[in-house]
Amino acid sequence: MTTGIATSETVDAPESRDRPAVRVSGGRRAFGDQIVLDDVDLSIAPGEFIALLGASGSGKTTLLRALAGLDRLDAGTVTVPRERSVVFQEPRLIPSRRVWRNVVLGLRGTGRERALEALTEVGLADHAQAWPRTLSGGEAQRVALARALVREPGLLLLDEPFAALDALTRLRMQELVAALCRRHNPAVLLVTHDVDEAIRLADRVLVLRSKRLDSGVVIDKERRAQTGDSYATDLRYHFLNLLGVRGPQPTDRSAHPSDPVQEAHT
Amino acid sequence: MSIEAPVETRQAGIAPPVTIDLPSAAHGSVSRARSSRTLHRVLRTAGPIALLGLWQLICSVGLVDAGLLPSPWRVADTIRELTTDGTLLPAIGVSLRRAGVGLLFGAAIGITLGLVAGLSRIGEEALDSSLQMLRTIPFIALVPLFVVWFGIGEEAKYALITAACIFPAYLNTYAGVRGVDPKLIEAARVFKVSGLALAREVILPLAMPGILVGIRFSMGVSVLALVAAEQINTQSGIGVLVLDLNGTLRTDIIISGVVVYAFLGIVVDLVVRNLERLLLRWKASIV
Repeated sequence: MTTGIATSETVDAPESRDRPAVRVSGGRRAFGDQIVLDDVDLSIAPGEFIALLGASGSGKTTLLRALAGLDRLDAGTVTVPRERSVVFQEPRLIPSRRVWRNVVLGLRGTGRERALEALTEVGLADHAQAWPRTLSGGEAQRVALARALVREPGLLLLDEPFAALDALTRLRMQELVAALCRRHNPAVLLVTHDVDEAIRLADRVLVLRSKRLDSGVVIDKERRAQTGDSYATDLRYHFLNLLGVRGPQPTDRSAHPSDPVQEAHT
Repeated sequence: MSIEAPVETRQAGIAPPVTIDLPSAAHGSVSRARSSRTLHRVLRTAGPIALLGLWQLICSVGLVDAGLLPSPWRVADTIRELTTDGTLLPAIGVSLRRAGVGLLFGAAIGITLGLVAGLSRIGEEALDSSLQMLRTIPFIALVPLFVVWFGIGEEAKYALITAACIFPAYLNTYAGVRGVDPKLIEAARVFKVSGLALAREVILPLAMPGILVGIRFSMGVSVLALVAAEQINTQSGIGVLVLDLNGTLRTDIIISGVVVYAFLGIVVDLVVRNLERLLLRWKASIV
């Protein structure tokens, strides 16, 4: 896919030799006359963290819901792991169940101990007996995260899970998600419209626009660590451009001989 | 703002349990909640007491004939009299049984129908239109019909109270089930909770506030229907007192019966309130 920026290097997606955890080919979805997804291909390796960017109404959530099994595609094939979890924008805890019983929702024969372990991971073990309504927004969302991870999913679907949180809570929550995803190592699809969030968290960032999915940009974590802000700034510029937000060129390109953007090879 | 990724700052390998200190939600001060509850109670009891005072005042000043409206004091005396001579308590027992049995059957039928209609599309199509139609019939209009069908004995009374209690239970159960947030049901589905488990573990508890409202309305209606039912050839129960069957025009006795009906209403309300406190702890925890 042409992005207007030269591809200097082709980098394989991590673990692409393995059988992908998720494979979508020729995915298509229309609501009435409105085509939302058209000929979408997507492959996520086991343990790979994908961020999916797109303007509102671009079909990001439609794709996520199809992977979750909550919605269907009109055409195309979808291969997903059996164990899938979703963290929605709202925590969606069942208010009539105590926190720990929310965590093990749907897991027959899974006891309190397992729930407590999962709650410890998100720092809420002492809230196990609480009712969901007594939790703050951030706490409730962490319970939702524990509920998603306690079943060791092969695919974790995150549907703008930080969008409703305040700025500080959001940063902490992002850190927590990054740490827990590294520990449990599920394939992750994070749907977001926050470019910075995508760059911070993902191994690979995809952009959904004009009903299609590009092959994405692999985030070079070492380079991000070494060059810090300037690399992230360049990436942000690139993605905002793709999303139709035209800002000023962030850096003098001659100062950066190699382009920050490396397209993924799929 | 610098968006320097924090990922690199953490060590690779096995991470310790991730605990992030976030300020936990303030759990409102207990003593404040208690004092506001006391105020609440005082306000709730002040109204009825003021009304009683006004009633006593009207009678004491002699504004109305004591034969038409006996004073609350006089009524209290009569109630004491009726209790000691052994007419009142058995009458209350008989009436309570009528209302209770009718309520039990009516609410059970109403809740069952409400669950069926709320949980399944087929159930809704089969039941809802007929029940919505039937509910518009004022149950008092059924009294003559029920007398023809069931005679003038106890059966007609039970049948009338049962019929009257079905609809509030049905309507509120149905609304309660339909009012469950579809987003929660969707979340439960993601975690493979479906079918009967979904109904039992998610929908039923979340519909419980509605179901309890239904029971509460049904309880109120059961006392109402009791009064209507006790107009049918009554030889026992509070209706005997109220109907002034001896023709003695003892307004104090009639009012005593009315007071007992009102008292039954209050007791019924109290029962449901406590039932709510017991079953809806997850809801109460917010206030």
